[in-house]
Amino acid sequence: MIASIAFYVFAAILLVSAAMVVTARNPVHSVLFLILSFFNAAALFLLAGAEFLAMILVIVYVGAVAVLFLFVVMMLDVNFAELRGGFQRYLPVGATVGAVLFVELALVLGGWQIAPDAGQLRFAPQPPDVHNTAALGRLIYTDYVLLFQIAGLVLMVAMIGAIVLTLRERKTSRHQSIAAQVGRDVRDTLELVNMPLGVGVSEFYRPLVEQPPPLHSDQPVIAHAGGGHGDGGHHAAEKR
Amino acid sequence: MNDFFATTPGYVILTFAQALAILVPLLISVAYATYVERKVLAAIQIRKGPNVVGPFGLWQPFADALKMIMKETTIPSGANRVLFLMAPMLTFGLAMIAWAVIPVNAGWAIADINVGVLYLFAISSLGVYGIIIAGWASNSKYAFMGGLRSAAQMVSYEVSMGFVIVTVLICVGSLNLSDIVLAQSRVWFCIPLFPMFIVFFISALAETNRSPFDLAEGESEIVAGFFVEYSAMTFALFFLGEYANMFLMSALTTILFLGGWLPPLGLPQFGPLWFILKVWFGIFVFIWVRGTFPRYRYDQLMRLGWKVFLPLSLLYLVLTAGALMAFGWLPSVPGT
Repeated sequence: MIASIAFYVFAAILLVSAAMVVTARNPVHSVLFLILSFFNAAALFLLAGAEFLAMILVIVYVGAVAVLFLFVVMMLDVNFAELRGGFQRYLPVGATVGAVLFVELALVLGGWQIAPDAGQLRFAPQPPDVHNTAALGRLIYTDYVLLFQIAGLVLMVAMIGAIVLTLRERKTSRHQSIAAQVGRDVRDTLELVNMPLGVGVSEFYRPLVEQPPPLHSDQPVIAHAGGGHGDGGHHAAEKR
Repeated sequence: MNDFFATTPGYVILTFAQALAILVPLLISVAYATYVERKVLAAIQIRKGPNVVGPFGLWQPFADALKMIMKETTIPSGANRVLFLMAPMLTFGLAMIAWAVIPVNAGWAIADINVGVLYLFAISSLGVYGIIIAGWASNSKYAFMGGLRSAAQMVSYEVSMGFVIVTVLICVGSLNLSDIVLAQSRVWFCIPLFPMFIVFFISALAETNRSPFDLAEGESEIVAGFFVEYSAMTFALFFLGEYANMFLMSALTTILFLGGWLPPLGLPQFGPLWFILKVWFGIFVFIWVRGTFPRYRYDQLMRLGWKVFLPLSLLYLVLTAGALMAFGWLPSVPGT
């Protein structure tokens, strides 16, 4: 009794929210109603004893797909008045497309043949001694493994296509080379210098691109600055 | 008494009592997690932390709660009122309903369902809605930026988290949380699956928007992110929801990797004591990380999720499956 009350409540909310998806004025509200209808569909799955499908519906559709919907819709700047204004103009085209779809659906459903033992199966959607999840896994990964893999490949092709279509190398974007950054150590950036008095910092200036002297050298640092790097560094400093 | 609990009203009353028995300690823990966080951070930074209200500052959470209740809830004039008020309730409610399936001791779960892990994963993936709706309904740039950041971040880290959970599941052969804990009676999964344990914990940090992944708040760049417009109780609900989510993620880590309620080193078991200790250890590590690491930059965060964790968890999943297959360690699944 409770199960059937729950079924009618969930089904009613599902239908109302599905209708609200297409009639709501604000597109963000539409997406939120879509999420509500996903939830109620998941609840109907639960009532039918398909707990795995219910959870996967929530995880995949509500947890990922609808988030991206919401993400996009929130960032769109839609002018609602303009959209409403076009309603009458596009009505004939929309109605024609809708009618064609409806006729096609009617043709398909009219010629639908029901397998003779389907009526029996309908009342026992899951085998008595197996968990719903295990039964589904056995079916997908043994009987239909090829189709399952092909579906995965199709999805992967779609994903690669989406990436290829949207990826563009922008000249202005700056990339961080993580390996180079992690590979840096103290010697590349920091040098300890014993400054003699009255010499001034310009004697020691050299561009950072040159290899600094090893820190463990026991010669006085002034020898490096004067000899090895000498004038180049000095002039560079003056040019600045 | 047992006859009464078998009837429908008795069953409803029993379920209510069970829910209270888990939610009241949880809420008290959440209140004291704020206190513990301030004390631990203070200790890390060589300060004293809250020490004025009550002995050792122990009444501080209640003083804070009272302050939140007394304040006025302001709603920005351009905000979408319904969604603005719904978002914090959603965040808080989702953090609470997840606890329905958590087994705190052998058989101590309100609903010991077959697909417990999937239920938890579904609930934790819904947490993003509270944040993104709050960001949008506030009608404020900073809040919106915070909401978008958090949406992208949580969706990204969910992927590697899913692979980590799958890795654990193929070692267990069941989606039931109690079965997962019992499968660790010989060795906790944090030892054979150590890299996955680390990936899971870091993803949990990102999933709860804790530092170093708290870009949704990012107070130095986007003021306070998605809850910048919230005040008083609506803010408090976000705050409580965040901490309850920390407890949830810590509990999930405990169940998947740290052996749930099982005692370590053959010590005796006292009800849910070991579970509580492990969850609090997780909370401590959360706070420790916050006191130690600077915030990630956004592109680095995305790189870590997609280019490091995702390939690593996928590789480890394949390795684990191969090892289980090669050595014949595959668990037996009931009913196959």
